[in-house]
Formats: sequence, structure tokens, C-alpha cells
Amino acid sequence: MEELVEKKVVDAGLDETIKKLTPQRIKEVVNRVLTRENAARLQVYLDTCVHCGLCAEACHTYLSRDNDPRFSPVGKVKETLWELVKRKGNVEPEFIRNMARIAFTECGVCRRCSMYCPFGIDIAYLLLVVRRICSLLGVVPQYLQDTTNSHAATSNQMWVNQDEWIDTLQWQEEEAQFELPSARIPLEKEGADVMYSVIAPEPKILAQLLANMAIIFKVAGEDWTMPATDGWDNSNMAMYSGDFEIMGRVEKLHWETAARLKVKKIVMGECGHAFRGAVYDGPRWLGWQFPPIPMVHAIEYYYDILSTGKIKIKEKYKEPITVQDPCNTVRGRGLGDKLRYIMNTICEDFRDMEPRFEHNYCCMAGGGTINCGPPWKRSRMVSNKVKAEQLKETGAHVVCTPCHNCHSGIEDIIGHYNLGLHVKFISELLIETMEIPEELKV
Amino acid sequence: MIDIENWDWEPGKKDIADLDKIRGQFGRVDEFTVSPDGEKFAAAGKLEDDTFTASVNGENWPDPVELLWYLRYIPDGRLIGLGRIDDQWTLLEDGKPWEERFEYLWNPKISANGKSIAAMYKRDNKYGIILNGKPWEQGFQAMRHYDISPDGEHTAATIQTEALKEADIFGFFEGVWSIAVDGKPWATKFVNTWSPAFNHDGKSVAAEARTDICDYTVAIDSVTWSGVYGCVWKPIFRPGTNSVVAPVREEGKWILAEDGKRIWENRFNQLWRVRFSPDGKRVAAIASPVFGRWTIAVDDKVWDVTFGDMVQEPVFSPDGGKVAALVKNDGKWSVAVDGLPWGEWFEMVWNPVFSPNGENVLAKAERDGKYLIVANGKLPAKSYDMLWDPVFSPDGQRILLRYVEDGKYHRQVVPAHEVFA
Amino acid sequence: MYEFARGPLVWIAFIVFFLGLFYRLVMMIIQSRKDKVVLPYIKMKEGINSIAHWVIPFGSRNMRLRPAFTIISFLFHICLLITPVFVLGHIVLFQQSWGISWWHIPEQITNIMTMIVVVGGLFFFLRRIGDPTVRFVTSWSDFVLLIIVLAPFITGLMAYYQAFDYRTVITIHMISGALWLMVIPFTRIVHMLFFPFTRAYMGSEFGYVRNAKDW
Repeated sequence: MEELVEKKVVDAGLDETIKKLTPQRIKEVVNRVLTRENAARLQVYLDTCVHCGLCAEACHTYLSRDNDPRFSPVGKVKETLWELVKRKGNVEPEFIRNMARIAFTECGVCRRCSMYCPFGIDIAYLLLVVRRICSLLGVVPQYLQDTTNSHAATSNQMWVNQDEWIDTLQWQEEEAQFELPSARIPLEKEGADVMYSVIAPEPKILAQLLANMAIIFKVAGEDWTMPATDGWDNSNMAMYSGDFEIMGRVEKLHWETAARLKVKKIVMGECGHAFRGAVYDGPRWLGWQFPPIPMVHAIEYYYDILSTGKIKIKEKYKEPITVQDPCNTVRGRGLGDKLRYIMNTICEDFRDMEPRFEHNYCCMAGGGTINCGPPWKRSRMVSNKVKAEQLKETGAHVVCTPCHNCHSGIEDIIGHYNLGLHVKFISELLIETMEIPEELKV
Repeated sequence: MIDIENWDWEPGKKDIADLDKIRGQFGRVDEFTVSPDGEKFAAAGKLEDDTFTASVNGENWPDPVELLWYLRYIPDGRLIGLGRIDDQWTLLEDGKPWEERFEYLWNPKISANGKSIAAMYKRDNKYGIILNGKPWEQGFQAMRHYDISPDGEHTAATIQTEALKEADIFGFFEGVWSIAVDGKPWATKFVNTWSPAFNHDGKSVAAEARTDICDYTVAIDSVTWSGVYGCVWKPIFRPGTNSVVAPVREEGKWILAEDGKRIWENRFNQLWRVRFSPDGKRVAAIASPVFGRWTIAVDDKVWDVTFGDMVQEPVFSPDGGKVAALVKNDGKWSVAVDGLPWGEWFEMVWNPVFSPNGENVLAKAERDGKYLIVANGKLPAKSYDMLWDPVFSPDGQRILLRYVEDGKYHRQVVPAHEVFA
Repeated sequence: MYEFARGPLVWIAFIVFFLGLFYRLVMMIIQSRKDKVVLPYIKMKEGINSIAHWVIPFGSRNMRLRPAFTIISFLFHICLLITPVFVLGHIVLFQQSWGISWWHIPEQITNIMTMIVVVGGLFFFLRRIGDPTVRFVTSWSDFVLLIIVLAPFITGLMAYYQAFDYRTVITIHMISGALWLMVIPFTRIVHMLFFPFTRAYMGSEFGYVRNAKDW
């Protein structure tokens, strides 16, 4: 096994934090998480797993790393939870460091493996239990922890100040008006039908996406608004760092903001994990069985406005294009068919991936992995070999990624593997191809 | 509500403004707002030269600004808005800008007595609060939430005390967040602190505090409760006292604590949005007794009926005798009063309004794209294109309706018995 | 020893087996309530749909990806469950002891079925040694469990063919069979009990909650 051990990645979030751990602290936290915070699922899953290894081929990290047994889903559980249970939490700090490396950087909690386990064991959940332990011990990759800290302090993912948020929306409203003079970004409009929420990278680094939405909403005739207070960011990396208290706080504010604005639903931008946090993990931690207000993912929203003719396509997109099925909206919401409806409606030469739909390979950027930052990028790229091959086989020149993590992750893959592809969001394709009625242009 | 006795309470209808006329004056008109007494109807509009002004009953503020938004009437009838002048931001009161200019200015708040206006500002890369035109003497690295004291004399905000280098997780956990009151920071710093709230006389401030990765407590004037909890939600002062009440999480369940001691027997799956009756004797909160079900708990008693989607904050009647709340089930909203939901369900309902004697409840509701005033759960004959919350006269005998019908904004006073007939 | 195995041990084995399964079931339900987010999401239709796709050969993508394994695994499990119930020898014992009997599978066929179990078991054994991925997650207990599972079948065959001393072999057969029954509730073989529940839960989380397939 020695030859497989990679050069150790330096990450202060792991290396420095484990120095403060004591055996008592480790044991206390492990027992708290294993016996008090978790019950049936943990117990039944651990007892049901027959160590058959059938989950292995589900995992892109395993496939990308030439079937390295340590990267099979069950292999990751063996190296983390099994040991913790067997040793009743009597493990050394270095063990916790390894555990954090495995759970945070070598698993995207994409849940593909639970579709390959004959028992439907939710292996991603088991890895999240491991992350929870790491989080309570303070052993989390530095950049991911910093993102969680941003959520805690600012209720958004990227330390965006409140003035920057509003200022960016006002700026993007003006940008949108260059294209479509009647476009608006209505702020704080109580009683609108829709609250549009996004993730912090949009105002921070991809602001033009906000202008795009102002144009799309205008053409679709939507009555919409955005909050000018905290609560606008629907992303949630605390969910992935294992800090469920901060996760809950972020989601609570998001829902309370929608309730305050008296909207009937939230439409959200093209992001997968934000959908998961807002619709599943967040509400459940807070005590909602289902989200209190309907949450419509961008894929679903674009499907609606295209299929009902609220937006028409002027001229289809010509380049050969493929599409990435994001785990949290296709496996996590069954939007694969609607995504293909959109692709076929907008694009002339759509080329599907293989495997696809629920079985698509993970981008290895979601689940908090890309948020672990530059130190782990090389490892991520190694884990992405199958994804790169899959992309290449489509023969497409462009890949559409209706998810921010997939988008950034696939951009990294394209660079690393020299694939020569371009990455686009659906909204960018829509802006290029949709028809803008003349009466709106004045 | 300032001066509510002196409003025109004579039954009758006034035509105040014509929406098409207002729209005709501008290339773009933003959301309409109405004065508390219903006499004025305003909106921000964009002029031909791309500047903005406010239209009030069809008359424009004389001095347009580069950008105008967040136009709101405040309880004493002043119309405020956030405006950009020479690339600097300020607050405008009835068309007159404050003297101070800022790189940015936002989130105005009005004191409970309706007299003071505060807002957050950014200047020279520091953040602070401006109260009635007077900014804090000291600005801070960052700022998130703030509160204004009921008497309007003080402001308090969560502030970042010092800058951190990029991704400095260690500095963060040493604690760089605190509360500043009138610009003076507390002596104690926390990992995080949220939701500052003043007591009745503005002399004390309580806030949520996080002291370690998963250690939460309540801080009052920089001193924390001795207990450490798994989580906390916003604390509030008991009216007229210096006691602080907050929901806290213990062993995975939520309980209500006052000054660090548990005061309710019930343990909940969730508990938040604590509210007191005006006299401070009764306390209510949104509670989830079992996973996925929501209701209101009042003085440790839980309503029998629970709702699946959502329950909003409890609203006490003026005498504290009754509690009402917005409730949502199967995708529809209604109002429940003392645990009894109205029979009618709507696409949207606004917060219930109690009559002064607490006997009757009105609420604005939306159905099929039209708005209506629902009285004690009964559907009215009329519906409107736009509608604002109804207002009771001080004696409860009259009701002020503010609505748009046939393209015109109207103010109408009707006898209460007609509404509740 | 034979008398003990033939009499009290059978009783003990069945009591431990059934009470053990009952205990695990009750604990699972109690623990599920504590977990809060399990029971509210389980839906019969989606649960059964998922189970169906996983009990029908090649119903899931993973099964289609590895046809040889799928065939061996299905044959192994089917023969493992059916043979002990319908083998003539067992029914005769029930007849003698309690006067009850039922239809049996012809002995030539049960012999083949037993051999399939043994061969299947051997395949799993070799897979644990030969496949690096499986070997990585294999511990000594996996081999012990496999031996416990296979022992009654191997000894059953030996008894049928009268290899070695029949009385000794049949005694070992009975003891190993009893041991097998008794360890089911308390080892990973409990997957036999939990399978429909874990599958139904995941099927519901995919099908009912997320409108997606988990096969």
C-alpha cells in the first residue's frame, strides 16, 4: 500500500488543529456524535453492511484512482467509522487528521454509492457523520472552515458585506438595462410572487449572472424580488463542514426572509448544494419535514418558462454541447428529464453523457470538496480522471453545468486535462438564444 | 402610530391618487407606499433624464436624485427613502436629504415610539450607525445586525472588532465579533454574536453569543449567562424589566430560559420567535412539539392544533388576552387565534391586526390575485387590486381601509360593525 | 450430544433466532423514532418499488455491470433461503417431532441447491481473498461468518452422502445449523432482516422525497 500514499497535503485546518486535541476530547466528541446525535440509521447501516465492496464502482475517486481500495466508499467507512466504533473513540489525533482528509477531500457526499449498495446504505450520510465529528473537534480543512465562518458571521458564503450586496444588485440592474431598458432588480418588494435567491459567488465574482436573471425574469413577466438584508444567500457550506448549528441558522434566515417578503415561492439560481441545504438538510435540522415555502430550482424554473412559452428561443445554440447532471438536483430531485428538455429546446447539437441522469459521475467539486481550497486541488484533479474521460467522449465543445460547484469543478478539470471545452450555465445559453419582445426594448 | 386620534375618522371614502397619471409621469415607477393615516400615496419614479424622485399624491419631490429606493412611510407620517447624490448615499426625509453623505447607507429602522430613524453606513471602509442624522463617532471593520432602543435614543450593532487575514480560522475562533452600543464596543469578544436587542429604557442590550465551535449562550451588556447550550435563538427582554428570555437547545431539545434558568416545562423539537404581551406577563413563541408539526406555545401551554408548513410569530392582543398567528398548512395560509384556525385559507395572509379591546381580528389576505380584508375569518364581499393593512380607530369603532380599485388609490373609513357584520 | 442437538438445541436455536430478530426489529423502530427524520419519509409505494428493483435479477444498474456476480449471488441467496425449508430431511424431523409436514423439493434438486450454496460461498471466500477492494474491507470476522453460514450446508451434504461417521456428521450439522440461526440476529447476517427496511427507506428518500430512482 505504501506506493499509493500520496505526498501529504499541508493544510493548517488539519495540521495545526490536531495539535490541540486530547484523547479525552476525542473520545467525548466521538461518543456524543455516535450515541447521542445519531441513532437508527448509523446503527442499522453499520450492522447491515456485509463488506461486499459492491459500492466501489459507484465512486469516481475509486475509478479515477485505478480502483484503489482505499477510495471505495466502504473503504472510506472502514478507515473512519469502523475504527472509531471498534476503538470506542480511543484514537490518536493523527487518526482524526486522516479521517478529515478522507471525509472532506476524498468524498463529495454525492450519494451515487447508495444507488450501488444492494441495501441502499446511505454511505454519504456515514461520511457526514465523520465530518460532524471532525467539525466538533475543530479539524476541518482551512478554506472550508473559513467558508463556514463566513456563513456564521455574515450569513453568506464569501464575506460579502451588506452594502456590497445591495450595491452589486443596483449595479447589475443598470447593466441589465443596457440590454433591456425595462429590466429591474426589485429589492424588498413585499408580496411579490417570487423571491430569487443565489449563492454568494454570484455577487462576488459572477455578477453578470444577476443581470442575466433580471433580463430573463423581465421577459418571462415574473413578479419577483430580492432581499436587501441578510438571508439572500441560499448556499450552505456549514452543512458540509459538519457545523449543523450554523447550517440551521443560515437556512432559518433564508426561510424567514422569504416569509418576511410574503412571497409564494423561492426561485433559486443554478446551484445544487444550495438546493440540498434549503430543501432537505436545513429544514430537517430545523424541524420542517418539507420546506415551509416551495423552493424551485433554476432547472425547474427554466423548464416552466420554456415549456409554457413564456420565453421563446430565437435561434438555437449551434455548438456541440453536453450537460452535467448535478447530484443534488438530478439524483436529489429527479430533474434530469426537464434538464434535457431545456437542452434540446435551446441547443441544436445536444450530446448526452454516459452514464447520465442519476448515474452521472460526480464533479468532485460539490459536497464542500472544492471549498477545501487550493491545497487539495491536485488531489481533486486525480479523483476526476473518469469525469474528464466522460466529458471527452461526448465530443462536445461546450458543457452546460446548471450548478455552481459543477461549473467550477469542471472548469478545473478542463484546465487540468486540457480538454479544450467551455463551461456555461443555462442562463448564459438562454441570454444568447432567447427572443426579446420588441415592446420590452423601450 | 403617532397622532392617531387626530386622523380623519369620519366614515367616508376619499380618492387620493390616480395610478395611471403617476405612471404617465415616469419612465418607470417602483412599488407604491401609503402613509399610516392613508392620506398620502407615494412611489419612487425614474424621470426622463434618468434621475429619480418621489411622487406623493401626484406631486414630485422637487430635487431629483441619482437613485432613490426603499421609499417608506414611517409611523409619524414622514416619507423616507435612500438616495444617491453625487455618487454618495444619504437618507431623504420628505424630500430633504440628511447632511451626512456616505459611501453607502442602507437598512433604515424606526424606533418603537416612531420618533427616531437609524440606518447603517459605510464610510472610509468603516461601518457604523447613523441615528437621526448623527453618525457614530467610531466605525468598525464590519457590521451585520442592529437594533434601535424603544425610546429612539440608542443604537446597538454586531461588529467585527478587528480585521482578519484571508482564511484566518484561528483568529476567528479567538473571537473578533462583539456588540457596539452607540459606537462603543463591549469589553467581551465572541466567536459570533447576533441579534442585539434593547431593553425598555435603552440601558441594556442582550444578544446571542457563540463562544466556541458548538458553544452558545446569551450575553447581556457583555456578560454571558453561566450556562452553555448547543444553540440559542434571539433573546428579548421581558417588558419593563431587565430579565432576558431566550430559546436554548439542550440535549437536542429546545427549552425556554429566563436569565439562564429554564422557565417552561415543555421541551420542544424547535422553539423560536419569543414575544411578550404588552404588560410583560405572558410569553408566547413558535414551537414544534414533534418533528414536522408547528404551533404556538403560550405560557408553556401548547395549542392543540398543529400545522405542517409554517407558523409565524405570535401576535398578542393589546390587552394581552389573546394570541394570534399566521399559519400555513398544505400550501395555504390562514390565521389562528388562541389555537383556533379560521375556516378560510389563502394564498397569502398578512399579520393579524387586533381591535383595541382584543375582541376582533382583521387581516389582509390574497386570493386569486385579489386582496381582501378578512374579519374574524369571514370573507368580505369586496376585494381590491392593492391593499394595505387595516387600521382600527383608537376607540375601535372605525376601521381605516387603504386600497387601490379601478386604477385609483382610495382611503376609506368604515364603521367597525359593518366590517364585522 | 446427538440427543441434545436433536432436541433442546433446536428449541434454543429457534427461540434465540426469533426473539433475537424481534429484539432487533423493536430496537430499530425505537431508534428510528429517536432519529426523527426516518419514519416520516418512508412511503410504501416507493419503498416496494425500490425493493422490487433490487430483488429482481438485473433490476439495478450495478447488477447489470457485473453479471457473473449477480447470477452467483442470486443463486446463492435463493438456495440458501429455500433449501433448509424444503429439504426432505428437515421436514421428516418436523413430522417425527411435531407431526407437521409440508411439500418438499426432490432430493436430487436440494443436493444441487446445497452445492450451489457451497460453491457460492466458496466464490465469496475467494473474492474476499482475491479482489483487492474486497480484501481491503475484509476482517477475520467475515471469514468466520462465511464458515458459520456454509457449515450446515457442507455437513448436510456430507451427511447425505454418508461421509465419515454419519452420527458425528449429523450432530455437527445440527449444531452448526443451530449456531447459524442463533448468530443471525447478532451479526452482519442480520442484513437478511434489515434489507427490506434499509431499501424501503432509501427507496422512499429517492422516490418519494426526491422523485429519483435508486437502482
